[in-house]
Amino acid sequence: MSEITLNTAVSGVPEAPSRTAPVRTTGAVAWARQNLFGSWWSTAVTLALAYLIVRWTIGFVEWAFLNAIWEVPVVNGQAQTQACREIKGIGACWAVITEKHRFILFGTYPFEEHWRPALVCLLFVGLYVVSAMRRFWNWTLVPIWAVTLTLIGVLMWGGVFGLSYVPQERWGGLPITLILSTFGLAFAFPLAILVALGRRSKLPAIKMLCVLYVELIRGVPLISLLFMASVMFPLFLPEGMNIDKLLRAQVAITLFAGAYLAEVVRGGLQALSRGQYEAADALGLSYWQKTGLIILPQALRMVIPPLVNTFIGFFKDTSLVLIIGIFDLLTAGKTAIVEPAWQGFGIEVYITVGVIYLVFCFAMSRYSQDLERDLNRHRRR
Amino acid sequence: MSASTDPRFASPGPPKRPLRLSWGDERVRGIVWQVLVVGIVVSVVYWLWSNTVHNLEVRRIATGFGFLSREAGLPIGESLIPYDPSNTYLRALTVGVLNTLKVAVIGVILATLLGTVVGIARLSNNWLLSKLAAVYVEVIRDLPLLLQLLFWYTILQGLPGPRQALNPIDGVFLSNRGMKLPFIEWTSAHWWTLLVMVVGIVLTWLYARVARAKQYADGQPRKVWPAGLALILGFPLAVWAAFGAPFTPDIPELRGFNFRGGLTVSPEFFALLIGLVTYTAGFIAEIVRAGIQAVNQGQWEAAEALGLRRTEVLRKIVLPQALRVIVPPMTSQYLNLTKNSSLAVAIGYQDIVSIANTTLNQTGQAIEGIAIIMLVYLTISLSISLFMNWYNAKIALVER
Repeated sequence: MSEITLNTAVSGVPEAPSRTAPVRTTGAVAWARQNLFGSWWSTAVTLALAYLIVRWTIGFVEWAFLNAIWEVPVVNGQAQTQACREIKGIGACWAVITEKHRFILFGTYPFEEHWRPALVCLLFVGLYVVSAMRRFWNWTLVPIWAVTLTLIGVLMWGGVFGLSYVPQERWGGLPITLILSTFGLAFAFPLAILVALGRRSKLPAIKMLCVLYVELIRGVPLISLLFMASVMFPLFLPEGMNIDKLLRAQVAITLFAGAYLAEVVRGGLQALSRGQYEAADALGLSYWQKTGLIILPQALRMVIPPLVNTFIGFFKDTSLVLIIGIFDLLTAGKTAIVEPAWQGFGIEVYITVGVIYLVFCFAMSRYSQDLERDLNRHRRR
Repeated sequence: MSASTDPRFASPGPPKRPLRLSWGDERVRGIVWQVLVVGIVVSVVYWLWSNTVHNLEVRRIATGFGFLSREAGLPIGESLIPYDPSNTYLRALTVGVLNTLKVAVIGVILATLLGTVVGIARLSNNWLLSKLAAVYVEVIRDLPLLLQLLFWYTILQGLPGPRQALNPIDGVFLSNRGMKLPFIEWTSAHWWTLLVMVVGIVLTWLYARVARAKQYADGQPRKVWPAGLALILGFPLAVWAAFGAPFTPDIPELRGFNFRGGLTVSPEFFALLIGLVTYTAGFIAEIVRAGIQAVNQGQWEAAEALGLRRTEVLRKIVLPQALRVIVPPMTSQYLNLTKNSSLAVAIGYQDIVSIANTTLNQTGQAIEGIAIIMLVYLTISLSISLFMNWYNAKIALVER
């Protein structure tokens, strides 16, 4: 080893002073230095935010868990809520949820039959999951939807196969929210495709009708349509003919959804390159062949992410039926705290209902984001 | 300029053939389809219309807008114009429209500010800040607005009464009766001052335009701010002083069971405003983020290479380009906020929907009531779209 000592000081060139090791660029410390304490400003922001987050988290955990009451005694069918009232503001009263969760989820549906709406909710979730899988993105989806929706109707109404009949007035809670949004979409989607095609049509009268419909609906709030469904609709029908309230609200939501979905679909039609239209024409296809075989399969695939986003919007918007007194999830939650014993525990109920909405919407929004990334893979280098 | 208007590219088109009365002729098919569709629509509308007329007769419901001039007799909590229940329905509905506009205008301004801040925070280099902004955007957009409004309203109602009101800052009181803010005693002098200030802002804007036009012509930058300062602050202050500089603070005070003086923000308005602003800001934040990200990184680098400061890069290079991406979706968010303000009816803020709804319950004239609601919103929507389209055309890329 002695021959190869590191003798760098060659012929009088002074040896370079030893330098400190370079700053680490990997590992937790380096990451924190770069992302949390990058500058004075960044450090100040981090510290302030960390302080607030820790404080609020501790406050929330104390309120929601440590000081919370999960159950109250029930005497003669009356819940004794004094204990809850004493800790108001200090601790949450989850007893309202323990006591009322069946009511919030299923409304006034007969208690012994609650397995039916519960099964319906599962069927809906199953339907969403199957529709989300790309393996089923073809015509098989149509029979799947038809069968599931029929099954849901049978389960909710009953009256056949030994199931007892439950009138629509007694339905409530989560199934109503799912029914309004899913049936709304199922009927609005074909309508939206027709309107979107109509709006791009060369026939002036059809184009004008479609523009009028879309712009009118999009110019007014959903509430005004729901009011229309609840107070004006009965006037439109011939004497003696009556449609129940839920169906009227469903019609209003479908018409509303149709206008918005039509604009999304139109976006897809416009984004398709003109060559596709011209090539289809050159092959001598008729208008409907061209639309069904060439244009729609490509255009719809392009707009699936915005379609999912629009659907999230409708899922949330169905809560507006509260204003016309239809018993959806939010209305059930609001009604649960009308009883004097439970008055004043709105925060707990709204948080619970909010979590249910959040689970559904978050799942859909995640799905839409993943899908968008997937479908745009070819565009990225 | 589109290709079709350019004579060089004008194509003669297919030669005009005389109409053949046959299913094989595209134009004949088009006419038949249109007649068919229009016929169906017209007959459905006629059917509904005749049913309605018949039902109205049977139920003895009055028609027409005659009720507008009758005494309303409905109490309204907050109003921008003087109103009492003995006024007409027309005035009550006007109060409703003004209340809708009030919450919409304040909401749009605040939501734009909050949304921009959150959107920029999402792009921050600070991990904690960007993650927090991301969580805010995700959660707020996944909850129904109506639920959020009810939540805020419940919180505000759960506040202590006026006697134990929260007092976060001197002169500001939060209780279940709403928020009380200190203000000044408003006189005509203040109106004049405000008017001069608005005129000053307009003049400054015009002056800045002229200055820019001159700079384009000769390349000499001109200072705008001294004139602007004089116009926007100097003259209004002079007017105020000319009136004797009236300034009497009006600070809320607890007298007996309630507050006296100060500016009142009702719990209904406050809950609606918080709900609308936080909700819409979640959507605006995403638009702002997408807009800034859409600007090519090369634009930043090129601008820095020219020696511009970072604020200048943002103001002169990045934002004008980002705005082109931001403005169209922002328009629909403003429209959404305005339409969503109709949810006020659920928490008892008396906007146009709430008052029209009470009107139609009192008079039984459902069709007219709903027609009024729709007309008001269509007018507002159309005005916002027209303004934003004009603005959009102004900032759009000028292509050759």
